[in-house]
Amino acid sequence: MKIALPVDEKNENSRICVSYGRAPYYMIFDSDSAKVEFVQNTAADSAGGAGIKAAQLLVNHKVNILITERCGQNAADVLIAGNIKIYRATKALVMDNLKAFLQGELEELSDIHPGYHGHKN
Amino acid sequence: MSIFKKKENKTIIAVLSGKGGTGKTLVSVNLACVIPGAVYADCDVEEPNGHLFFKPINLKKKEIGILIPSINEEKCTGCTKCVEFCKFNALAYVGRVMVFEEICHYCGGCTIVCPEKAITEVNLNIGKVVIGDSEGTRIISGFLNVGSVSGVPIIKDIQKQIKEEEHTVIVDCPPGSACAVMESVQSSDYCILVAEPTIFGSHNLDMVYKLVTLFKKPCGVILNKCDGNENPSEEYCKRNGIDIIAEIPYDSELSDINGNGEIAARVSQKYKDIFMNIAEKIPKVK
Repeated sequence: MKIALPVDEKNENSRICVSYGRAPYYMIFDSDSAKVEFVQNTAADSAGGAGIKAAQLLVNHKVNILITERCGQNAADVLIAGNIKIYRATKALVMDNLKAFLQGELEELSDIHPGYHGHKN
Repeated sequence: MSIFKKKENKTIIAVLSGKGGTGKTLVSVNLACVIPGAVYADCDVEEPNGHLFFKPINLKKKEIGILIPSINEEKCTGCTKCVEFCKFNALAYVGRVMVFEEICHYCGGCTIVCPEKAITEVNLNIGKVVIGDSEGTRIISGFLNVGSVSGVPIIKDIQKQIKEEEHTVIVDCPPGSACAVMESVQSSDYCILVAEPTIFGSHNLDMVYKLVTLFKKPCGVILNKCDGNENPSEEYCKRNGIDIIAEIPYDSELSDINGNGEIAARVSQKYKDIFMNIAEKIPKVK
């Protein structure tokens, strides 16, 4: 399965990014191949709808799990429709969150926030 | 009062402020009353309040809607051209197309780019425009439904109607300086900026002054609630060479009149004179 985490930097020592929709990159770990790749988040500089575009990106990469500190409603709608499960990150470093997930320590993210909404008129 | 004659000298005056509560509605309602034949247009569609003073009768309602995409899933092949096209990220593809109505800017582009013609547009009601009459003054008010995201389409409809009016129109604008305000000043020939005598008020005056300057609209300032003390908004006008067309003193009699839902120029000779003097000061345009 593929597990995605939003990160500040394009390397495994990075902290997990506090934002999901506007994170600069996603780290995607493939548990079948044990390989890690970094994907640029093209939604980061969107005027609006960043969460939707970020979720679309993960759907397109056939991600199964997202580990994040928080997630907005619009992003969650797309992720859930795309069968991506969302887990709450509890550690500062991305690799610590990944390890915690693989050891079954993380819980699903249940409080989806309404989204910070860029300006709309 | 010659500039307020029919058609050829018809003027559209927008009243704005930046900060809320400075007196836009006070000024726009009372000017509409003292200028013969004038029309009052309330573009503060999130919280219209002019009609509370005018209490218009013979109301004609017009529903306003926006066109939102609707996907025909049988025709959709999942090519995702619509998702890639949408600049607002209002569409997503997860085995089927998802439409985010609140994010959609109803440009209609997705219906054009779909190669299968699987997208049609359906109407989503967002509010209404109500036209009525109050003692000979025509009242046009916009109302945005609670929960709807943007009043701009309603303001656009009002702006179209304003252009058809034969007489002078006073446009009561929304507070602030964002999209709804920009839409409200589009058609105006002259802008009145209403400012309070506070630092906060002067800061917001700066924002709307920059806005009307950007839109190349001639403007003047009305200083409201003046209490004889230092006035940061007055100082701002002097520093920037902005025309001050009137100073309205702070007056508890006025707040009583407003609190009773009455129009000062209609119940008080003193205020009728004040606003007639203000009307005289608005420069001839064109």
